[in-house]
Amino acid sequence: MQPVKMIRSKTVVLPFTDVDTDQIIPARFLTTTSREGLGKHAFADWRCDASGQLRSDFILNQPQARGCEVLVAGDNFGCGSSREHAPWALLDYGFRAVISTGIADIFRSNALKNGLLPVEVDQDTHRWLLANPGVEVEIDLQNTRLNYGDHQSTSFPVESFARYCLLEGIDALGYLLGKAADIERFEKDRSCVPG
Amino acid sequence: MQAGTRPGTLFDKVWDQHLVTPETAEVPAVLYIDLHLIHEVTSPQAFAVLERSGLPVRRPDLTLATTDHSVPTTDQPDFRQSSVVLAAARQVSKLRDNCAAFGIRLYDLDDPRQGIVHVIGPELGATQPGKTVVCGDSHTSTHGAFGALAFGIGTTEVGHVLATQCLLQRRPRTMAINTSGRLGAGVSAKDLILAIIGRIGVGGGTGYVLEYRGGAIRSLTMEQRMTVCNMSIEAGARAGMMAPDATTFEYLAGRPLCPEGEQWERSLARWRTLVSDEAAHFDRQVDLDVSALTPMITYGTNPGMVMPIDGTVPMHNGDQALRKALDYMQLNPGEPLLEKPVDVVFVGSCTNGRLSDLREAAAVLRGRRVASGVRMLTVPGSRQVKQAAEAEGLDKVFLEAGAEWRDAGCSMCIAMNGDQVGAGQYAVSTSNRNFEGRQGPGSRTFLASPATAAAAAVTGRVTDPRRLA
Repeated sequence: MQPVKMIRSKTVVLPFTDVDTDQIIPARFLTTTSREGLGKHAFADWRCDASGQLRSDFILNQPQARGCEVLVAGDNFGCGSSREHAPWALLDYGFRAVISTGIADIFRSNALKNGLLPVEVDQDTHRWLLANPGVEVEIDLQNTRLNYGDHQSTSFPVESFARYCLLEGIDALGYLLGKAADIERFEKDRSCVPG
Repeated sequence: MQAGTRPGTLFDKVWDQHLVTPETAEVPAVLYIDLHLIHEVTSPQAFAVLERSGLPVRRPDLTLATTDHSVPTTDQPDFRQSSVVLAAARQVSKLRDNCAAFGIRLYDLDDPRQGIVHVIGPELGATQPGKTVVCGDSHTSTHGAFGALAFGIGTTEVGHVLATQCLLQRRPRTMAINTSGRLGAGVSAKDLILAIIGRIGVGGGTGYVLEYRGGAIRSLTMEQRMTVCNMSIEAGARAGMMAPDATTFEYLAGRPLCPEGEQWERSLARWRTLVSDEAAHFDRQVDLDVSALTPMITYGTNPGMVMPIDGTVPMHNGDQALRKALDYMQLNPGEPLLEKPVDVVFVGSCTNGRLSDLREAAAVLRGRRVASGVRMLTVPGSRQVKQAAEAEGLDKVFLEAGAEWRDAGCSMCIAMNGDQVGAGQYAVSTSNRNFEGRQGPGSRTFLASPATAAAAAVTGRVTDPRRLA
C-alpha cells in the first residue's frame, strides 16, 4: 500500500444521510473474485439510469466533480453491509477521503485498511463543507487536521495504529503475524482450561 | 483482569477472555477468534493474500465454509445457465478450491447441512455461548443470541483471521436495551427489533455492542432471539448479545458440534457465568416496554424508517434523506400503508428463514390462496430447515397457496442470484434491508414479519396479520 500522508483536493458533496454500502456498490457487482476495477460500479444506480445511461442530474456526473478526491457526505456514511468492495470501488473511482459527521463502523475499518481516509468532523465544520461544495481542502494525517476555507482548521480522530500503518504504507497483517508467540501461548493456556 | 474482581457486562467477560494482548494507546487489542465463518462472496480476495504470501490458514479446524449469497435456489435449467448464475458459479468454485487447498470444512451445495451461514452456524452447534465469532458478513451479529461476541468484518480482516486467528480491535462501548412486558398476539420478534431500530436510529448503535436484556427477551425462543440480534447492525451496532440461559442450553444440547457428556457439563458451568453482573456499567441504557408494540413495517429506504403497520408515512419537513426515500418509494407524506397493493412477497433470509418463521407464514396461508398477480417466494434458510418444514407439510401449504418453494440461500434478500424484485415493484419482505435497489434495481421494499408478509400475499395488499389470525 502507498503511504497516505496529505490529501489536497476539491470536494464533491453528496448531502444525503445514511448512504449505505448497497448504494456505494450494488450487490450484483460482488460476484467478482478480484478487488480491482470496481470504480466503474461506484454509485452505479445513482450514476446511471435503468438503460445504463449516465444521469446528468447526479453530482458525480457533472463537470465540477471531475478530479475531486474528497467526498463530503451526510451522517452515518457507509452503513449496511460489511463489503470491502465499497472502499475498493470508491478508491478505484478516484476518491481518497470521505468526510462526514458519522461513518459506520465496518466501513470505517475497511476504508482505513485500504488507504481511504474516513474523516469525522463536528456539525459546524460539516455544515460549512456542505454549504461550500467544490472548496479546496487539505487533510493532514500526520497532524490529524482538516484545513479548509479561509484558514479554518479542525482536528479529526483516527485510531492510532491505523494512522501509523497509513503513514508508513504498511499492512496490519505483518504486525499480527509478529504476535505468533503470544497467540501460541494464548492457545496453549486455554487448552488447559477445563471445558 | 481476573474474573470477579470488578462487575462486568456479558460483553466485558467475553472480550476479556479473548485478549491475546491488551490494547494500549498505540495499538489495539489482539483478540482471539473462536469461530470463523466464510462464504463465497467476501473470501476470495482474502485467500489470494495468503496465497501470494505463502501463508497457511492457522486454524482450519476453527473455520467453517458454506455457499449461500449467490447460489441459485431453483433447479430450472434455463435459469442455471443465466449469466448471473454463471458469474456466481465461478465464485463458488473458487471457494471450493480454496477450502480444498487450505483444509477447510465446506458445507457445499450438495451437503444436506448447506444453508445461510447465520442459519447453519447455530444449527450445527458451532455457535456457542462465550465464543468470539466473525464472518465477512454484517449479519454475523445473529450469533450474539447465544451470548457469543459475534460481528461482521471486511475481507482484509477475513485474511487476518485466516492467517492468525486474531483481529486487531479497539474495545467498543456498551449499550443495554432493557425490555419489559410481553409481546402481544400477532406481534413477533421482527416487530420488536424493527421497533428498537426505529427508536435508536440506523446510526444510533455505531461504536456500541448492544446487550438485549429483560423479561421480554427471556421469554423469546432461540429463533426469535436470533431474529433480534441479526438486525443489530441495522442500528449501526456491529454486535448484539443476549445472556445464555436454559432456553439457549436446551437449543444447543445434542447439536453435532456441541460438546458432549462431561465436557458438556463443564461447558454449561462456564456458560452460566456469562451474564452481566448486577452492578455492571453500560455506557448507554435504553428502556422499552414491548407490551404496546404492534406489527411494524418500513416505509422508507433504511430499516430505521419504520412505523406501526396502521401508521401513516411521516412528513419530511425538509429532511432531504426522507424526501429522497419517499420519492424512491413513490409514497406521499401522510399516506397510510395499509391496503397498499404489493407485487412480491419474500419469506426467507438470515433474519426470518428459520422453521418457526416458515410456520408463522404458513399459519396465515393455510387454507388460503396467494392473491392473483402477487408472486410469493419462500426460501428456507438452510437445507435442514427445508427438510424439517417438509416433514411437517409446510411445503404443501406454500405450494397449494400458490407460493414458490425454493432451495436454501440468501436469495431475494441480496438479489445476487437472479431472485429479484422488479423495477418499480413493491415487495413485503422478511429480510433485513430496504435500501434502494437492495432486492433488485428499482425494487421497493417494505420490511416486515413473516406473518405480515404472508398476510400481504393473501390479500395482495399491506395487511395487519392480526386481521387474518
